[in-house]
Amino acid sequence: MALAKILGIETEYGITQLQGFVDPVLASTILVNAYAAARSGKVRWDFFDEAPGRDARGAANFDAMPPMVETHLANTVLTNGARFYVDHAHPEYSSPECASALEAVCFDVAGELVLRRAVAAASQMRTSEFDFVVYKNNSDGKGNSYGCHENYLVDRRLSFDAIVAACIPHFITRSIFIGAGKVGSELREEVGNEIPYQLTQRADFFEELVGLETTVKRPLVNTRDEPHADPRRFRRLHVIIGDANMSEVATFLKLSTTALVLAMAEHHALPQIDLMPADPVSAFRQISRDVSLRKPFALKSGRLVTALDVQWALYEAAVNFCEQEGLEMLGSDGSGALCLERWEMVLSQLERDPFEAASTVDWVAKLRLVEGFQERHGLDATSAKLRAIDLQYHDLRPEKSLALKVGLERLTTDEAVREAEIEPPLTTRAFFRGRCVSRYQNSIDSANWDSVVFDLGSDPLRRVPMMDPTRGTARETSALFDQSPTAADLLHALES
Amino acid sequence: MPEREQVRRREGGRAEDTVVEEAPVAGADTAAKLKNDLDDLLDEIDEVLEDNAEEFVKNYVQKGGE
Repeated sequence: MALAKILGIETEYGITQLQGFVDPVLASTILVNAYAAARSGKVRWDFFDEAPGRDARGAANFDAMPPMVETHLANTVLTNGARFYVDHAHPEYSSPECASALEAVCFDVAGELVLRRAVAAASQMRTSEFDFVVYKNNSDGKGNSYGCHENYLVDRRLSFDAIVAACIPHFITRSIFIGAGKVGSELREEVGNEIPYQLTQRADFFEELVGLETTVKRPLVNTRDEPHADPRRFRRLHVIIGDANMSEVATFLKLSTTALVLAMAEHHALPQIDLMPADPVSAFRQISRDVSLRKPFALKSGRLVTALDVQWALYEAAVNFCEQEGLEMLGSDGSGALCLERWEMVLSQLERDPFEAASTVDWVAKLRLVEGFQERHGLDATSAKLRAIDLQYHDLRPEKSLALKVGLERLTTDEAVREAEIEPPLTTRAFFRGRCVSRYQNSIDSANWDSVVFDLGSDPLRRVPMMDPTRGTARETSALFDQSPTAADLLHALES
Repeated sequence: MPEREQVRRREGGRAEDTVVEEAPVAGADTAAKLKNDLDDLLDEIDEVLEDNAEEFVKNYVQKGGE
């Protein structure tokens, strides 16, 4: 069987304060600590395995500027197996490892709940001076961007060159259904006010094809080789090109179609025709700036295609692939079948009339608001009010969020999201991590993606490795937890 | 591009047939409904949009991340 496409999604949130000066690092720290104090207690993150400078292309690249590991900032592990921490100057929620895209959507939305609760907890601390507002977006409109990254488990035998060849056509053209929409462009020196609206929040910020950076000279494909798992068997593809979505269907499509493209690459089942753009960085920007979805770009072969053409070719290949290999690698909860169904639906809608996709595609839902508002009030395309709509679409406050008002289709329920805030996924190693945190919090020194470190008080610290993301599931470890009232019992049982 | 043509005939063709049969009435109704929905939505936005859009947008400054 094909390698299970274990996946996760991490979101850096924008943060501001209603009154007064905001130090974003302090604000983010207060949020993370307030949440930890109010909800989950506090288990430290373990930095033992962090090496964001390791490059999948092999040789060390001393010109590259990988992100710094900031060990001094607030950093916690939640009972659902997620990591909630301060990354640079943003609160970031990294979902636990999930076995399907549907599950990951639920844990991503649980992250929004974590942020809302953190804001509420901070507002109740000491005085009410901490009235933070949090945005699930990727840019401040002034040239500063922050990411929403995806992670996929990939077979180590797949070469990095093959990953790049598979990913670039998909990464730049999937924008048509995963773009979160943006009023204007942040490359004003280059384009002035010529771009009234874009599909993606992020296309302005990508300059290179392949590279290790995430904060400057951002590459379409990130080469960080940090599998957080057995490096002989696994890669973790770290994807930095996407937008943070308010639409659950968009998040689902982003994760499931990308997982499927990677599975096809592992099986050499991608379309045999050339889909590689002649100039991928420019094509990405051009696609982002074309709300008609009709403007063609050149492939390496010289052929002219639209983003829809490339997506139809990938979809067609995916249908054939799944007839051969089945859908199990995308999870056992129906995510695979739903992926093919929704992928075909969204491409058909976008092809007929993008506004047909207004209940699932963020850039369409937002554009409808922006255009409607502009027309009603007779505004200029550069009006601050339109940029305010853009920003407020992503506001996490229920009474302010415009995304909550546009009628986006749900894939989760409130009940499932509330449970996902507390309970880990059942069928990945996140179950083991989450259960350890909820049961033995006082005996855990720290934890990270691939291990939990116990401190029993007397012995040296004991590290329990979890080098296979598919192991440590509820089925494998529930009985062990039931039989282990204390961390010492658990360690004893694991050794026997 | 033969691949795509094949998909559109196979997958998109059915949907287009359905639309053609019902288009005259359903299309007008749907368009009217969409217009009403949008009007309601824009009323709501008039209410909740931050008062001073200029200030609001100007004050939203983030440090780069990732």
